[in-house]
Amino acid sequence: MSLIEVRELGRTFTVRKKAGRLRRTSHDVEAVRDLSFSIDAGEMVGYIGPNGAGKSTTIKMLTGILVPSSGSISVAGLDPSRRRTELARRIGVVFGQRTTLWWDLPLRDSFDLLQKIYRTDPARHRENLDEFLELLDLHDLLDTPVRQLSLGQRMRGDIVAALLHDPEILYLDEPTIGLDVISKGRLREFLRALNERRGTTLLLTTHDLQDIEALCDRVIVIDHGTAVFDVSLAGLHQRGGSRRTLVVDLVDEAPPIAIDGAEVVRVEGPRQWLAFPTEASAAPIVAAVAAAYDVADLSLREPDIEDVIRTIYAGAGRMSP
Amino acid sequence: MWVRASMTYRVSFWMMTVAGFVIGALDFIGIWILFHTIDSMGGFSLREVAFLYGATGIGLAFADMFVGRIERLGQMIRMGDLDTMMVRPVPLLAQVCSNEFALRRLSRILLCTIVTGWASLYVEWTPMRLLVMAGMLTGGAAIFCSIFVMLACIQFLTADGVEFANAFTYGGNTITQYPLAIFPGEVVKALTFVLPLAFVNWYPALFILGRDDPFGMPQWFQFLSLVVGAAMLWLTTFVWRFGVRHYRSTGS
Repeated sequence: MSLIEVRELGRTFTVRKKAGRLRRTSHDVEAVRDLSFSIDAGEMVGYIGPNGAGKSTTIKMLTGILVPSSGSISVAGLDPSRRRTELARRIGVVFGQRTTLWWDLPLRDSFDLLQKIYRTDPARHRENLDEFLELLDLHDLLDTPVRQLSLGQRMRGDIVAALLHDPEILYLDEPTIGLDVISKGRLREFLRALNERRGTTLLLTTHDLQDIEALCDRVIVIDHGTAVFDVSLAGLHQRGGSRRTLVVDLVDEAPPIAIDGAEVVRVEGPRQWLAFPTEASAAPIVAAVAAAYDVADLSLREPDIEDVIRTIYAGAGRMSP
Repeated sequence: MWVRASMTYRVSFWMMTVAGFVIGALDFIGIWILFHTIDSMGGFSLREVAFLYGATGIGLAFADMFVGRIERLGQMIRMGDLDTMMVRPVPLLAQVCSNEFALRRLSRILLCTIVTGWASLYVEWTPMRLLVMAGMLTGGAAIFCSIFVMLACIQFLTADGVEFANAFTYGGNTITQYPLAIFPGEVVKALTFVLPLAFVNWYPALFILGRDDPFGMPQWFQFLSLVVGAAMLWLTTFVWRFGVRHYRSTGS
């Protein structure tokens, strides 16, 4: 049995609206509907979708904060909403937009408090703390009150806080939101190491597709509350119909290059762009081009994941009413 | 910077404590002045009213100290703090109530203890009466705790319910400061069977003060405070669980 099992999950919210002076109308909004997926231990899964697609609602149901309207969830063999407190020991949660740390306390005190709340073995706690502080370079900030930390520092603090009790699963809701490039990079590196060394299962929602590309072996795309795609990263490129591009610099200007398996998408003087499917090998195409033309330079571009997602969303938009 | 912040906080703490004491004292002085023009209130003397006043005050103040922070539940929901608490391995209610330990009610406990202590000087104490007194204070605090928590659960459904809740807790406190004898029988019945505030002080006090029940309710009601308190707490766990299951969180 998988670590996380979600079956035909649904959650509706009743939204009341004022209609006229006294009358109120209410209608149901399906934030999540008929959502099914399962995640095995040790996977790193990206959970993506446009705003309001139901990402946060799903995370809240997986952690037991929200009770599902229909369907079933099992996380580490537990029903999250019924055994929330018990499950809390086995999961870590990072909300990118708010902190779980105590605003007025220095990081050190926040971490100490967490040790007491989770009743983590003190030796284990210290061991973890040392390791994480080292990896995330937080040693110098231990005595700074949380409210004085920068967003990136606070986020690192939050991640340490979520991991001190050795959770099997780490949920990250927009972990890199608002961070600069360097902080993002460091965070991704840390998460990857965490998964490799400890086998922690990661589920992250993000708008930053670089996160996905850097971290996830699998992507679940959700739109209008239901899973549109559940594929490996490579599969995502395929689904999106994305293509790799070979940029060819010819010695002289020439008419568009004509070879099998690739088509010219753009010509700019002696430079031509050739697109070909992701799963095809670049070698025969390069060879064919080099054999037929005088080539000054070649470069290969991997598909842009943003384009891929955009294609998928557009497709999903057509599918749903 | 830090020192200054905590100092301001300390000063404001003392100011709050003193202000709370003065306001509470004025409250009681009001009753005291009233007794200059009347001899009894519904057949009860100043000392007896003081006993009722003190008993309900202690109950409310203890309840407020333990679970009073729950009135900020709505704010915790809006700020998303509740989500954070829900993913920690400690019962949610305990976290909500200990979010900020409220010592602000200390002054009120002190004041009410003084008032009750003074009134107690005139009570003919027997072991049974002392026992009923202990049951009254514990049960009273339990009843107020339950009302605080149950009414706070409304905030799971609609964001604003604080004022509504205060009407019952602080309002209930005000009603029970006076001998229920001055109210119509229907009010007393409501305070017995619907919102059992009469068990906070009225029934046990009748026993302790050796008074007959002006409404002719069964005498064993006077020993029920602790039982009613326990029953209310039990009911509260269901209401709380219902509330948590209907929590909608905030969009983030």
